[in-house]
Amino acid sequence: MIRDITLGQYYPANSVLHRLDPRVKFVGTLLFIISVFVFNTFPGYGVATIFLVAMIGISKVPVKFMFKGLKAIFIILLITVIFNMILTPGEVLWRLGFLKVTREGLIMAGKMTIRLTYLVIGSSIMTLTTTPNQLTDGLESLMGPLKKIKVPVHEISMMMSIALRFIPILLEETDKIMKAQIARGADFESGNLIQKAKSMVPLLVPLFISAFRRANDLAMAMEARCYNGGEGRTQMKPLKYHSRDYIAYLFVFLYLGVSIIFRIVGI
Amino acid sequence: MGIIRASKLGFDYYKYDDDGNVEQASRAVDDVNLDIQAGQFIAVLGHNGSGKSTLAKHINALLVPTEGTLWMDQMDTAAADNLWKIRQEAGMVFQNPDNQIIGSVVEEDVGFGPENIGVPTDEIWRRVDASLKAVDMVAYRQHSPNKLSGGQKQRVAIAGVMAMKPKCIVLDEPTAMLDPSGRKEVLKAVRELNKKEGVTVILITHYMEEVVFADHVFVMDSGHIVLEGTPREIFSQVDILKQYGLDVPQVTLLAYELKKSGVELPDGILTIEELVDALCRLS
Repeated sequence: MIRDITLGQYYPANSVLHRLDPRVKFVGTLLFIISVFVFNTFPGYGVATIFLVAMIGISKVPVKFMFKGLKAIFIILLITVIFNMILTPGEVLWRLGFLKVTREGLIMAGKMTIRLTYLVIGSSIMTLTTTPNQLTDGLESLMGPLKKIKVPVHEISMMMSIALRFIPILLEETDKIMKAQIARGADFESGNLIQKAKSMVPLLVPLFISAFRRANDLAMAMEARCYNGGEGRTQMKPLKYHSRDYIAYLFVFLYLGVSIIFRIVGI
Repeated sequence: MGIIRASKLGFDYYKYDDDGNVEQASRAVDDVNLDIQAGQFIAVLGHNGSGKSTLAKHINALLVPTEGTLWMDQMDTAAADNLWKIRQEAGMVFQNPDNQIIGSVVEEDVGFGPENIGVPTDEIWRRVDASLKAVDMVAYRQHSPNKLSGGQKQRVAIAGVMAMKPKCIVLDEPTAMLDPSGRKEVLKAVRELNKKEGVTVILITHYMEEVVFADHVFVMDSGHIVLEGTPREIFSQVDILKQYGLDVPQVTLLAYELKKSGVELPDGILTIEELVDALCRLS
């Protein structure tokens, strides 16, 4: 059923990574991505690999889920590799017409592949171990300082969580409208791209109308429950750092330190 | 003095043209006077477009009267200072269960109201526990609202209102989109809240069966209150109700027809048990 889709890709399990504060995971992921670009040598990537494998192990999420994210970027990965191989100048290893593969190109392509793959797997670990709600809470708290320059942080995170709540409902509604239109002879399958796009109109118009109606109802329901923005609001589940969160911070910064040292020393 | 009082309440819906001028005004509520005592179970009946939902939205200041005044717990709903206090004291449950649940986990949704009025974290948890218990939804506290049935969603919505510790709860056709078993669940929860917690309940509905348990019933037609009284008084006037486009419960109708054709029955029979009882007493 369409109702059962899970948003984001949270994989429920009982691990330290799951219990960590979402802010730590967010900052940690960011630092890991930075480190992947700071490391510039293969021993360095070895350190990153050890770190990544350790994280996958700790997370207790089956490895195949980690690689799911890679499917989405496969094309980008392929293009990056090919362009790096043929466009980097250097010692020519192999030549076909005007195309030439260089030694430097191969090394560059290898590095880019490792970087992009690690980047995706690294952020997958975060999304797999954090519920969408925790993510929005974490973001709200991390972006807190931006309130001073009048960024509506609370409103943004409220919109994100409402969107998360309504996506399954609207998907179900799309399904319903689609069936209703098919029952009246609408054709969503055949025809070329333009015809297909045109046939979406009888689907999108009712969907938009219903979405606005829902938004109106929801706004009224929120007002009836005294919602008036972020001011003076308390939290049911406030984010609190535990000792494990501080340890994790320490660990992640140490790791980034290692990557910077590697870069300076030039290993 | 009652918890909800209205005097000569009137409300117009305006239709505007492109320049923002009033093109047409339609009266949704007209000359309504109410005096509702704390702890009562009130039902408001009326067919579609009779103004009953508009009246309900006045009670927690979602709408402000165009004419007359409404006092919720001695506070004038037209005064802006009272707005949040009034909304905390008069909770509201709407028709569509999907469109009033904000949280993506049941317990978070119940906590939404208390969060808004600035209740400290520990107290929020206490209130969430108590409210979920009151509507018998504790087992579902970690569930996503999308996976609940309609009746369960409405119970979550009621718990969400209860967590704000209101004095009065307004239910605007809470069962209109539910199946019969869901309807029963919700009504049972509402009646228990009224009895155990002493919350004033105002149930807006067009299902006659739901009105039977009310202390007092108002019947609305085209913005006016046309009938009021106990359910028994109301349902003994079958012809008048029909004139306002309303039906009476089947048992009442049966008793009414039997009486018309000569069987000696008392007026305003409301439940099957009562009818059986009355029929058995006939010799």
